[in-house]
Amino acid sequence: MEWEAPALVLSAAPYGESSAIVHLLTEEHGLFHGLSRGGSARAGRALWQPGNLVRAVWRGRLPEQLGNLSGELVHGSAARVMAAPLALAMLASVCAVADGSLPEREPHPRIFHLLTRFFALISLDPEMAGWNGMAALLRWEACLLGDLGYGLDLSACAVTGATGGLAWVSPRTGRAVSDAGAGTWRPRLLRLPPLFLDEADPGTSTDWQDGLRLTGHFLARDAFGQHHRPLPAARLRLADMIGAMAAPD
Amino acid sequence: MGGADIDRLIALLARLPGLGPRSARRAALALLRQPQTRMLPLAHAMEQAARSVRTCSSCGNLDTRDPCTICTDPARDRGLVCVVETVGDLWALERAGVHRGVYQVLGGTLSALAGTGPDDLNLAPLLARLDEGGVREVILALGATVEGAATTHWLQDRLAGFDVPVSRVGQGVPMGGALDVLDDGTLAAALTARKICS
Repeated sequence: MEWEAPALVLSAAPYGESSAIVHLLTEEHGLFHGLSRGGSARAGRALWQPGNLVRAVWRGRLPEQLGNLSGELVHGSAARVMAAPLALAMLASVCAVADGSLPEREPHPRIFHLLTRFFALISLDPEMAGWNGMAALLRWEACLLGDLGYGLDLSACAVTGATGGLAWVSPRTGRAVSDAGAGTWRPRLLRLPPLFLDEADPGTSTDWQDGLRLTGHFLARDAFGQHHRPLPAARLRLADMIGAMAAPD
Repeated sequence: MGGADIDRLIALLARLPGLGPRSARRAALALLRQPQTRMLPLAHAMEQAARSVRTCSSCGNLDTRDPCTICTDPARDRGLVCVVETVGDLWALERAGVHRGVYQVLGGTLSALAGTGPDDLNLAPLLARLDEGGVREVILALGATVEGAATTHWLQDRLAGFDVPVSRVGQGVPMGGALDVLDDGTLAAALTARKICS
């Protein structure tokens, strides 16, 4: 069996002296693992950096085998964001979240396309990545939850049925709650930043913090909790970084 | 093949980096052909090193002394601390002879895959040195990988409160490298790190 496709590198773990076990996300094949000979050697390491878009070739005698990977760089996002702390933290976070939550060999084309667009966005202007990218990252996490079957229902208030004034989300059901419907439950609800309802809203640092708390709750409970795994350290570091930015507000 | 002792020797040699079963057999044969001049001195040196080499409590280097030769060298500039990932990186800088200060070996980088978090990094001796005062600059010489860069940014934040300049090694065109064979990421890093020269 053999396939060739554009793929996003999510992680690469050294294997043996110079090889690496690479985790890729492709449009057609979903999350795919493979062994890259020389993948952690000096020449191969640059290719398999998280966030890079590569033209990957996977070969295996049987489909269920780990298989061998080779690739050619198409767009090196990792090198472009290395000097920008926030952009790098965002890149590391989405790669770790996708790698840890997506099921293997199950296509999720929407997740792949959004992630490709996201990496292009943050690597184009890494210094501005925070302002351009955080809202995109949060919407991508919400989309990921949806694709995994744990989607948030932000269509109407769970209490009143109203479609306007949605400001909270129930941490139990993931359904939106309006300000009027929140009542005495407000302290227990998660704040819903407007950027989840308005695609044009880039949000503020406080919105990003609330957004990370919102998606983080469901990622931790459903996507990672189901596998008895904690949220990835890279995702926690991003939340810390945004928390520090939001603190002076 | 040649008895249990030889098989065991080959099996142990084959576990070393750079050696597979075939090259381990060749190495074992070369040693066994000259036991007095090659094998026994090597065995003695290995035993000696295993007993005497330890990790420097100050910088994390490997040496027979603690603190290590670099940390106790009076000719070294103790105000200049270079932070590296592994002892191998320290040895590479020493081989090049380009750093006349002291080192701090972190023992890894922040990595979710390897399960390395901030608490696993050997940073405490550096923080103690900064607390004592006398450090003029901290140079972060970590790898140009996503994990290395993430650790560099984390260290910058961690060291921000010490009022000591923190620099990091440059990235870009390697010595002897031609622009047309470089990947776009390296070219972007080289252009970002450009210097005004006139």
